[in-house]
Amino acid sequence: MNFPNHLQYSKSHEWVLFEEDGTAVIGLTDYAQKELGDLVFVNLPEVGDSLTVGEAFADVESVKAVSDVYAPVGGEVLEINEELLDAPERINQDPYGAWFVKVGQPEQAEPLLSAAAYETFLAEEGNK
Amino acid sequence: MKLIQEKGAPGRKLSLIGPGQVPSVTLRAPLRTQPPALPQVSETEISRHYSALARRCHGVNDGFYPLGSCTMKYNPAVNEEAASLEGFTGVHPLQPAETVQGSLHALAEMEQLLGAITGMDAFTFQPAAGAHGEFTGLLLIKAYHHSRGEGNQRTKIIVPDSAHGTNPASASMAGYTVINIPSAPDGCVDLDALRQAAGPDTAGLMLTNPNTVGLFDRNILEITRIVHEAGGLNYYDGANLNAVMGIVRPGDMGFDVIHLNLHKTFSTPHGGGGPGAGPVGCKSFLAPFLPGMRAVQDANGTWQPQRAEQSIGSVRAFWGNFLVVLKALCYIRMLGRQGIPEAARNAVLNANYMRVGLQDLYQVAYPGTCMHEFVLSLEPLKEHCGVTAMDIAKGLLDHGIHPPTMYFPLIVHEALMIEPTETETKETLDEAIAVLRALYETAQKDPDYLHHAPHHCPIKRPDEVTAARHPVLRWSAPVQD
Amino acid sequence: MGTFVPGSPAEQQEMLRQAGYDGWDALFSDVPESVRLADGELALPDGLSEMEAIAHMRALAGENHIFPHLFRGAGAYRHYIPAIVGQVTRKENFLTAYTPYQAEISQGILQSIFEYQSMICELTGMDVSNASIYDGAAATAEAAAMCTERRRTTVLLSSALPPQVIETVKTYCFGSDTPVVLIPEREGHTDLDALSGLLDDTTACVILAQPNYYGLIEDAARAAALAHQAGAKFILNCNPISLGLLATPASCGADIAVGEGQPLGMPLAWGGPYLGYMAATTAMMRKLPGRIVGETTDADGNRAFVLTLQAREQHIRREKAKSNVCSNEALCALTAAVYLSAVGPDGLTQIAQRCCDNAHYLQQALAQAGLPPAYPGEFFHEFVTLCPQPQRLLAALAEKDILGGLPLGENRILWCATECNTREEMDQVAQIAKEVSGQ
Repeated sequence: MNFPNHLQYSKSHEWVLFEEDGTAVIGLTDYAQKELGDLVFVNLPEVGDSLTVGEAFADVESVKAVSDVYAPVGGEVLEINEELLDAPERINQDPYGAWFVKVGQPEQAEPLLSAAAYETFLAEEGNK
Repeated sequence: MKLIQEKGAPGRKLSLIGPGQVPSVTLRAPLRTQPPALPQVSETEISRHYSALARRCHGVNDGFYPLGSCTMKYNPAVNEEAASLEGFTGVHPLQPAETVQGSLHALAEMEQLLGAITGMDAFTFQPAAGAHGEFTGLLLIKAYHHSRGEGNQRTKIIVPDSAHGTNPASASMAGYTVINIPSAPDGCVDLDALRQAAGPDTAGLMLTNPNTVGLFDRNILEITRIVHEAGGLNYYDGANLNAVMGIVRPGDMGFDVIHLNLHKTFSTPHGGGGPGAGPVGCKSFLAPFLPGMRAVQDANGTWQPQRAEQSIGSVRAFWGNFLVVLKALCYIRMLGRQGIPEAARNAVLNANYMRVGLQDLYQVAYPGTCMHEFVLSLEPLKEHCGVTAMDIAKGLLDHGIHPPTMYFPLIVHEALMIEPTETETKETLDEAIAVLRALYETAQKDPDYLHHAPHHCPIKRPDEVTAARHPVLRWSAPVQD
Repeated sequence: MGTFVPGSPAEQQEMLRQAGYDGWDALFSDVPESVRLADGELALPDGLSEMEAIAHMRALAGENHIFPHLFRGAGAYRHYIPAIVGQVTRKENFLTAYTPYQAEISQGILQSIFEYQSMICELTGMDVSNASIYDGAAATAEAAAMCTERRRTTVLLSSALPPQVIETVKTYCFGSDTPVVLIPEREGHTDLDALSGLLDDTTACVILAQPNYYGLIEDAARAAALAHQAGAKFILNCNPISLGLLATPASCGADIAVGEGQPLGMPLAWGGPYLGYMAATTAMMRKLPGRIVGETTDADGNRAFVLTLQAREQHIRREKAKSNVCSNEALCALTAAVYLSAVGPDGLTQIAQRCCDNAHYLQQALAQAGLPPAYPGEFFHEFVTLCPQPQRLLAALAEKDILGGLPLGENRILWCATECNTREEMDQVAQIAKEVSGQ
């Protein structure tokens, strides 16, 4: 599995990219997409909605399951990736390219994990 | 196979309606610009098309159907004959009461019979299916709390995590917040969790008993007492009534409102997904809120439709799926006082007979005596040889057996839920046991064979991912040049 | 008594023993004794043989009166049902099957529903259809629920919808705490000027019937335009037979088309089983409640059908599902599909035209007999007349085995004619009306 170093990670398996313009981009990690299997649809928030850290802001559907996607940072939704509505398979094919939302003035509640820390977290979870 | 829309040719038709006898009128209102692209086929083509489709179906009349939680018992032929009597099929729903005495009488009789079986005082037959009944029952609970001035305070419905998905979905539709409580290790209600959840904001509890792991919750009287003491009402999901009809009545276990699935427990066919009937019964204190109308006898002995004084309204038009109710009425009259509990006893016997025949090979999720169904966990098999519940289910298809319910309840991993019902012979059960044992052997020796099962059905496994990602939900007429 | 348990008592005892039990009570030891029914305590009559049971059912059926001549609709209609319809829908493979979750052995049912969905789309002009809802009233209520959002919560309901539809939508909305406002009627039509005043940015949807309860044809396109201008959705409840003739809901601008499918081959049957059809634009596809069949391929690349978009549904989404629909009316959907195949495009147009012709003939005949139309405007196959004493006329008709129209209050009757009514019957109704009003 692949966890790029330039991203930060949450324990609920989302990645965050903090852009230089002060916005943040959010998506699902490679681990999450593998666990969820073939995704067939994604429900995204609307532009202008506000995200609260730790609360669900989207959900992803596989054939026989639906899973919430939690906000790793708070803030206002500036943009959504409408491409995912027609091609949810992009999340499976390229989890770090298939971003969900762009958020303005992101707020963090607790520190996010580095790639290495996230991998350690996954290993610990797997040993439970 | 071709769609019926892909058969036929322009101009083909049946000879159905004769020439008109009155002048033709032309409306000035906006009319459709071209006729709908419906099939243009001969009667021969229709007949053969649907015969071919029928061969690609599997009904109870085609083979064993141990589909847990669905009670796929045999549908007696006489039911169909009763429901197709013209005296029933030819009646308009808005005929005057004096001309529909038979219909009203039938509903009144059914209300009495179901009351005797369930311990409830009044019924509505409007709900057309089990989930529709759940919604109706919850609206009765809501109307009741509102009538006592507690409607705004009692906003929560408690649902065990082993419940059918319809329970929480129905509660949401009725405007309630769902409180999911975890099951105890024995698969039954965790009394401490229930005590913690129950309080002044509790509107009610929804429960299936026997529950979805096939166990009768022996704490049932304590469970319903806890909810009542908190001021909530108890809702009985009748999906599993087949195990206990004539043995114990929901009304005596502390339930206030119930729905029944006439298309499960009372032998009316499922029709490939309906029509069903989900009548709702309640104790007398909830009867004033019932939807639709009930049949009551006036002083002259004439049956009259009567509306409850604080009725919640209607959950669909008219009297519900009346013909389905008639089939169940015919069935209950045939079984009667002795036959109803006999059916329940044999449903439970057949489940235990199969459980004992399988439990040395397969892991029974909750060992010990089960009710009308039991749940296997195929997790060990999945770990040992990578064969899943889905693979075994698909393997059964090649043997003409409908698979058990898969991956439900959610609290059991790799679940297969087996409900043989009482209408199967010992030979059928023995054969199913033998097939399941043989599939277990195949799983060890040739797991790949099962990964690709079924091998002898009209189609191989379908690509459900593409179906959901890029939905094709209809045929479209070819574009004309 | 009757039984469908195959094993003899001796066989049952043998199976009990083999399963490790010494008697029935051992199977039910978890049931508290204080509530267990004793032997024979169940308060049911003794069971019956099949011969006795069917005699009982025949006796009940015999207590009903079947009118050979029918002029009543109001939400349930007697149409000619082609013989092939019953022959197909009685097939036990369809009748006794469960919901087609196991696609490999359910292709027949799945394909029949896919064909049904396609026919509903053709009929309504809409993009997608679901596999059915309980009936037309429940389908309308489910359609309203598809439209409510955080900021748009109010449902605007035409007063000229059938009362059973109004009541059902209101009852569903009582559940979801959704505000419902009735749009007043003017001369039998939905008052669209009043609608303009009711629309605002909290309106979720506007619902009209076409034709409406009084048989009148509404200006659906204008109602849709008004709804859309205010950012609300438009739902049109259409009689499916009328769609052989009238503009489709799609061409009127409907976001969702629903209706009572009973006229498509189902008997009156005192109100059920009926069929709620439901179709929508592609934009609303994922909000459709209930089951939907889709086309795909199997592992060998052959055409296959499956239940799809299931992640919307209650068994997966549980309390977050928008609808709890599970069992629907699959066999009724099959019935409608066979009916529409049997009548075909020409037949449907012919039947719709015949209903319309007969109703207009009857309206004129009644007007000449002293029962003038109650409302101006165009109608399809139902209409309202004034009538000073409806019960007197209906009683006189009943004496001739004719079920007259439905009385609306003290001085109006809602009449219906279909292709089943003959000119002779209609002349007779007018003659009786003349005699009654002339006295």
